[in-house]
Order: sequence, then structure tokens, then C-alpha cells
Amino acid sequence: MTDIDAPRTDLRKAGDEGLDAHLVVDRGSFRLDVTLTAAPGDVVALLGPNGAGKTTALRALAGLAPLTDGHLRLDGTALERTPPESRPVGVVFQDYLLFPHLSALENVAFGPRCQGVPKAEARTQAAAWLDRMGLAAHAGAKPRRLSGGQAQRVALARALATRPRLLLLDEPLAALDARTRLDVRAQLRRHLAEFEAVAVLVTHDPLDAMVLADRLVVIEHGQVVQEGTPADIARRPRTDYIAHLVGLNLYRGQAQGHTVRLDTGPAITITEDLTGPVFVAFPPSAVTLFRDRPTGASARNLWRCEVTGLETHGDQIRAALGGELPLAADLTTVAAAELELSPGAAVWATVKATQTHAYPA
Amino acid sequence: MTSLDEPGAAAGPRTGPPRRRRVGTGGRGRVPLPLLLPGLVALAFLLLPLLALLVRAPWGSLPDQLSSTEVWQALQLSLVTATAATAVSLVLGVPLAWLLARTDFPGRGFLRALVTLPLVLPPVVGGVALLLALGRNGVIGKFLDSWFGITLPFTTTGVVIAEAFVAMPFLVISVEGTLRAADPRFEEAATTLGASRFTAFRRVTLPLIAPGVAAGSVLAWARALGEFGATITFAGNFPGRTQTMPLAVYLALQNDPDAAISLSLVLLAVSIAVLAGLRDRWMTGA
Amino acid sequence: MTRSVRRTRRMLQVAGAGAAALMALSACSSSSDSDKSKDTSASSGSSASPKLSGDVTVFAAASLQESFTTLGKEFEKQHPGTKVNFNFGGSDTLAASITGGAPADVFAAASPKTMKIVTAKNDAVGTPATFVRNQLEIATLPGNPHKVASLKDLTKSGLKVVLCDKTVPCGAAAQKALDASGLKLTPASYEQDVKGALNKVELKEADAAVVYKTDVHAAGDKVAGVEFPESSKAINDYPIVLLKNAPNAEAAKAFMALVQSAEGQKVLSQAGFLKP
Repeated sequence: MTDIDAPRTDLRKAGDEGLDAHLVVDRGSFRLDVTLTAAPGDVVALLGPNGAGKTTALRALAGLAPLTDGHLRLDGTALERTPPESRPVGVVFQDYLLFPHLSALENVAFGPRCQGVPKAEARTQAAAWLDRMGLAAHAGAKPRRLSGGQAQRVALARALATRPRLLLLDEPLAALDARTRLDVRAQLRRHLAEFEAVAVLVTHDPLDAMVLADRLVVIEHGQVVQEGTPADIARRPRTDYIAHLVGLNLYRGQAQGHTVRLDTGPAITITEDLTGPVFVAFPPSAVTLFRDRPTGASARNLWRCEVTGLETHGDQIRAALGGELPLAADLTTVAAAELELSPGAAVWATVKATQTHAYPA
Repeated sequence: MTSLDEPGAAAGPRTGPPRRRRVGTGGRGRVPLPLLLPGLVALAFLLLPLLALLVRAPWGSLPDQLSSTEVWQALQLSLVTATAATAVSLVLGVPLAWLLARTDFPGRGFLRALVTLPLVLPPVVGGVALLLALGRNGVIGKFLDSWFGITLPFTTTGVVIAEAFVAMPFLVISVEGTLRAADPRFEEAATTLGASRFTAFRRVTLPLIAPGVAAGSVLAWARALGEFGATITFAGNFPGRTQTMPLAVYLALQNDPDAAISLSLVLLAVSIAVLAGLRDRWMTGA
Repeated sequence: MTRSVRRTRRMLQVAGAGAAALMALSACSSSSDSDKSKDTSASSGSSASPKLSGDVTVFAAASLQESFTTLGKEFEKQHPGTKVNFNFGGSDTLAASITGGAPADVFAAASPKTMKIVTAKNDAVGTPATFVRNQLEIATLPGNPHKVASLKDLTKSGLKVVLCDKTVPCGAAAQKALDASGLKLTPASYEQDVKGALNKVELKEADAAVVYKTDVHAAGDKVAGVEFPESSKAINDYPIVLLKNAPNAEAAKAFMALVQSAEGQKVLSQAGFLKP
């Protein structure tokens, strides 16, 4: 392990609140290099595909994975060399890891006990936390008697009971079934909103990230590829992964006025007046399909495509198109039937310029 | 809202429909013959010799045989030393098991093989090895004697050492296996809650592996109770001090086989009582 | 009770014979070998020096191991085609095996008492003959650093002495000698056999042990022997006997004769035994 860049960032004043981290974890074949900052009260979501390094980042923050390089400061205190038990960090693990031999109350009291709180006092605090989570009735239950949602809340109470300055949540909703998830997500949002310090959650689910977090940090291959508010990221995705997550067609090209010449050849007409490298995005619902070349319509944003796949989404059908411009188009089942769409069918696709959104790359 | 929550959902992603109550297939259902027959043969094989002891026991003279104080002295010594040896094995063996299971260092596999060595060593050889190490003239015993005036052979402590030497591997292997099967992330969760690694071990890991520790202790205790070779070689045989039940049985066998059978019966009865008692109280629950 | 004991014994014998037959087969020797030996044993009492063959199984006290092994080789040389198998062990254990039905031809015990176990069950043919005697001796550390000169010296405090357990011949003999001298000795340990007692001195865990002369002899310079007059009061007779169910009685008799011959006695006295 190389020495961690101590002298470089000594300039920061003590009393700086919140999280300031540059996490570098080198594991030979995989290298995580992520910068994370957050103010108290912030909820930051680390979003990314499996294997992107989200959980490694979380473990590095908790002290469970050593940093190869970089720094980690919480409220102005350097934590790189602090062992996990001495960090003011609480973790809610993906499968909660509630201690099976302890009751819900004892699980929550565990942290305060380790911090030297007398037993009776720790139990009182734990009972108060469970009460806040609406779990007072289950205080004596062993974890295996708890439902998924209850276990999740006990895990949250257990992490919060140590009064952490940084709360980490690893896929907090992944272990829940769809029905429970909806409720727990809403509750978790409320508890996170009340939490006064920094919260970082890791998820691969864009909906969880957008509902729970104030800010998203998207990680791919161990690197931050984009960060911003959920709305910003949903509107202006910068990678295919994000565009796919938020359900947008995304292209990159060179803008010249109202025309974007894509790197792959075709051009898209936009409403914005831009110059230089840009992204163009539009939703699949903005695409209209025709079996024959539409006459009379402007020839702008008209592409000849071929259906490569069809997928049902509720009462909608999403068509994956190849050809001049690969794109996704949504249409009703009725429209799909009228067009006699099937894989291999040739279609014409158009998008109105007003429905595209372009922004500098 | 909580009504939506389903118990058991915490157990992770569910697969398939809820388990049906097993009707007919479990419990008293058909037991496959390829398992039943060898199982019964094994049971008979293990129990027949014990049964023979019962059949041939000199029931008539049993009260006389058991009235000698030496018998009770030996029994008491056996119980005390076997329990002490188990305690020693626990105090030293559980940490060793943890080191073998949870740390990584070069030569760990080799070390693990070494730990099991006392299992394959003929106990008498083990006793000789103990003499060579801890005896009055042994590699370490020499210094124990000259610096502290401690000599271990021919003492009750020597009996405990000999028994612990052969019994501890059972405990270490059993606990190490349980530790390997236990999820190490519980320890991580504990450290994020402010527990030092030792506290995490004591308050989280140890309760989790309790069944394995209990099973290992029972094995170690039983092995220590029946220990003969290492004990008689290292600690000798003196009634009340180092003569445990197996030694008494062996020596009785020399000129009075009936007495030997009586003594064996006592040893068997006591160990069955203790093990059955422990099983009910201690080994269940987890 | 006795009947069931008998039955078990017979079963054991049958099993033993079966095992012997198997061994004979697996050794590729013709099975007529064992048949022949059975025939000769059946027609025992016939004239002297018949052609001996087959296996002789001798159960002998552990203290006889060295000298009997030598004699066994000598016997095989004198009678080509024979093989002497030994089972050395504690006399009591051997006696228990024999009364339990172990297939043996000859039993050589380290005490008349253990021999009595076998004769009492009518498992022997004739009266056991004493072929050697063994005398006790004190084994001390090399050079006798504690200046042990008599049995009484062993009662000195601070001296670690081991005795054989009273249930084994060497222990009984030692106790007899102590009682005869009116001495009271609290040993560190009552060892399970004479080798155990000797080992403790060889490993320097004990300062002295009361063992047989032959054992001191066999231990070479790892121990020093100290003779003591009281040992004459506890001399141990070694009886030898032909067993009733001997599979190869003729050869067994010849082996017993060798043991008692001048040649055999020479080998035994070299090991420290006294003549009867």
C-alpha cells in the first residue's frame, strides 16, 4: 500500500462538515477510483451496473476494504487509517446481517453497548429507535421471525443507533419482494430525509436511486461517469448505460447550429442552437413508425430502419430498431398490429425536433 | 402497511411457491433401503460390543466390585480431569481454530495438518512425546523444573495435559469447520457497529458457532474420558492422583476381568448420563 | 455361563482355523500342510523325532521377547519347514486370550499366578514346568547419581521411584520384597508393566524403578542395575506349558524341549535369567 496523499490536502480547514473522499482501491484486474463529496443531510446514491465497484466503494468508506490510495475525510477528520470499529460510520448491509442469536432490541442495542453505553441505557435507546421505526411490538423477536421489511428497518435502526456521521446502505431494497419494496422505499425515504448527516446508498435500481437520493453518482468500471440530481441525469444521460436505465435514446455527435451530425453517420435536427460535441436524447415514445415512407412530411429526422426485436411493456410495445440509426420506439399494441410489425420488418422512423433534447457533451 | 410484509422475506430472494407442508414424505415416510440397511448394520456394529459387556457383566458381584473406594476415586479423577482437559481445549483450541479459519498466512494448510497429528499418533507415542517435551528432562520441562520447580509427570496436572493433547484436535477441527461455514460478514457487521475484532468474535461469532463448539467439546470430553495410552505414559498410574478410570480398567483386566467389566460399565453409565444430559440442555437451541 | 463361554471359545477356534487356512491358501502353500500337522498332533505319543513341520504359535511374557526370538530362529534352523510365531505381551493379557480361545500351542508366563489362570480353565496339558527364574533388581539412572544401594534407599524422600502395578507380576514381586523387609514405599506411579517402569527411568522421569534383572540387562547402559538382597525373597518363576487345543503339539513339544535344553538355558541366562 502506498502512503495516502496526506500532505497534498492538508489545506482543508478543520471543521469542514460532511464527506470528502477520494477512494482508490487497486485489486490488480480491477481498479476503483472514485471521488465523492457530500454535505451533511445529503443523500447520495452510487448507481451502476453489477461489477462497477459500488460495493467496493461502500466497503472502502466503512473501512472494510483498505484504500490503496486517495483520502477519506469525514467532518474534517481523516479516516483512512481508522479501523472500521472506530469510524463514525453506520452500515445497512444488503441482506441486513442481523445477528440471528440476538433479538431485534439486542441487535439495535449492540452498537451503543460497543460504544460503552451501559446496558440498561443502551436498551432504552434501542427501544426508542425501534419505536421510531414502528417496530416496538417486535422488539423481542429474533431476526428469523421478522418479515423482510421489518428486518430492513431493524437493520436501519441498528445502524442509526450508533449515531453515525456517515450512513451507508448497500442495495437497501434488493432483498425485498416487489410488494414490500414499495412500502419500505417510502419509509426509507422518510427516515433518510430525517437523517442529519451524510447518507450514501448503493443501488443498481434507478428508481430506488431517484426516489431516495438527492444526488446520483453513476459508476461504471470503477470510474465516475456522471453525477448530478436525479432529474438532471434522467434528462441528460451521458452513457448508454444511464440512457438505457432512464429509458432514453442517446446519441453523441457534432452540433452545427440545429443539426447534429452523429459520429456514426446520420444527422439529427434539434431545436437548440449548439456548436461542438453534444449529446442528443429523446424518449422512445417520441418515435413514430411508418410502414411506407411518409409523404409530405419533412424529410428531417426520418430514418429507414429494420425491426430487430419486440417487447411488451404493459399495454405498450417497445420495438428495438436497427439500420441507419439504432433506436427504441414505443407504440401501442393496436398500432403495432396495424403496422404488422415483426422482427425483420422494414419501417420508417421519425422524431420531431421539438421532442429531442441536446446538450453539450 | 406491515400487513404487506411477509414473515420470512428477510431470508433473501424467494424461489418458487411457498413450501407445502410435507405430508407423507417426511418423518415416518419411506426410508430408502440402501440407507436403512447399512445404517442398522452400523448401529448393531457399534452397540453389540457394549451389549456384550452388559450380558457378561458380573451382576451378582457388582455391588462388591463397586464398593471399593479406588473405583470412585478413579471415576472422580476421570470426570475432573476430562472436564479440565476440555476446558483447556476450549480456552486454547477455539482461538487456534479461529486463527486457522479466519487468518491467512503462508503454511496455514500445513499447520492445519499438524494440528491433526495427535489424532493419528498412537496415544502411547503421544505420551512419550509429551515426556520428551514436558518431562523432568524434557526440552521445555527441564526449564520448568529448574526455574519454577514444576514437574508435570506423575501429577494430576500431567493427566490433564495428556488428555488435552489427544482431545484438543477434535475440538479444533470441529470448531474450525463450523467457523468456515459461518458467514464472516457478521463479524464485519459487528465491527461497523463499533465492536473490536475480539468483541465481534466474543459477542457475535462465538454464539453463532456455539453448536459446533458444543459438538467439539463433547467429542473432546469423550475422548479425554477414555484416554489411556498418553495418560499412563506421561502421568503414570497412582490411585487418587493419576489413576483414571481407563487405567483402573486396564489394570483390573490384568487379573480380574470381572472387575474390569464392572468398572467399564460404571464409566459407560456415567458418560452416557453426562452426554445425554448435555445434549438436551446444551446442544439444542441453535 | 460356562457353557456360553465354551461356545464362544469354540467359535473363536473355528474362526482361527479358518483364518489359518486362508493364510495357508494365500501363501500358495498346499493346504495339505496344515492337514498333515493336524494328523501328527492326533497321533501324538508316537516314537521320537518325527519330521516336524508347520507353524508353532508361542504366547510368551514380554520379558522373554529377546531370548525367545533368538530361540525361535534356532528352532527353525534345526527343523526346516517349521515356523515359530510369537505373541509377546503381558502374561495376564495372554492368559486371557488363551482362555478366550486364541489358537496357541505354547504358553510361557512370567508368573505361576498367571499360569494358574490357564491351568484352572483346563486349557493346559500336564503340569507347567518352571524353565527360568527372574530376580528383581533396582534400575537407577546411569551412574547411580542418588547412590542407591538397597531397597531401603528407595524410601528416601525426594527420590522418584516407580513400581509395577500390583496386578502385574513384577509389581507383586516388588511388593513381596518390600513387605518382607518391612519397608513402606510410596512410588510416583504404579506402571502398567515392567517396560513402562523401565521407560520412566530411561527417560529420566523417575530416579529408580524396581524391575527384573533381565530388563536392566536389556536396557544396556541407559540404566544402572543395583542388586539388593531382599530380591531373593521374591524370585519369580517362569512356567511353560503345552496348551490343550494346540494345533501343532509335536512341534510345540520340541520347542519347549529346546527352551529347557542346555542350549536354550544358555541363551536365557545371557539375557539375565536365572536357572530354575
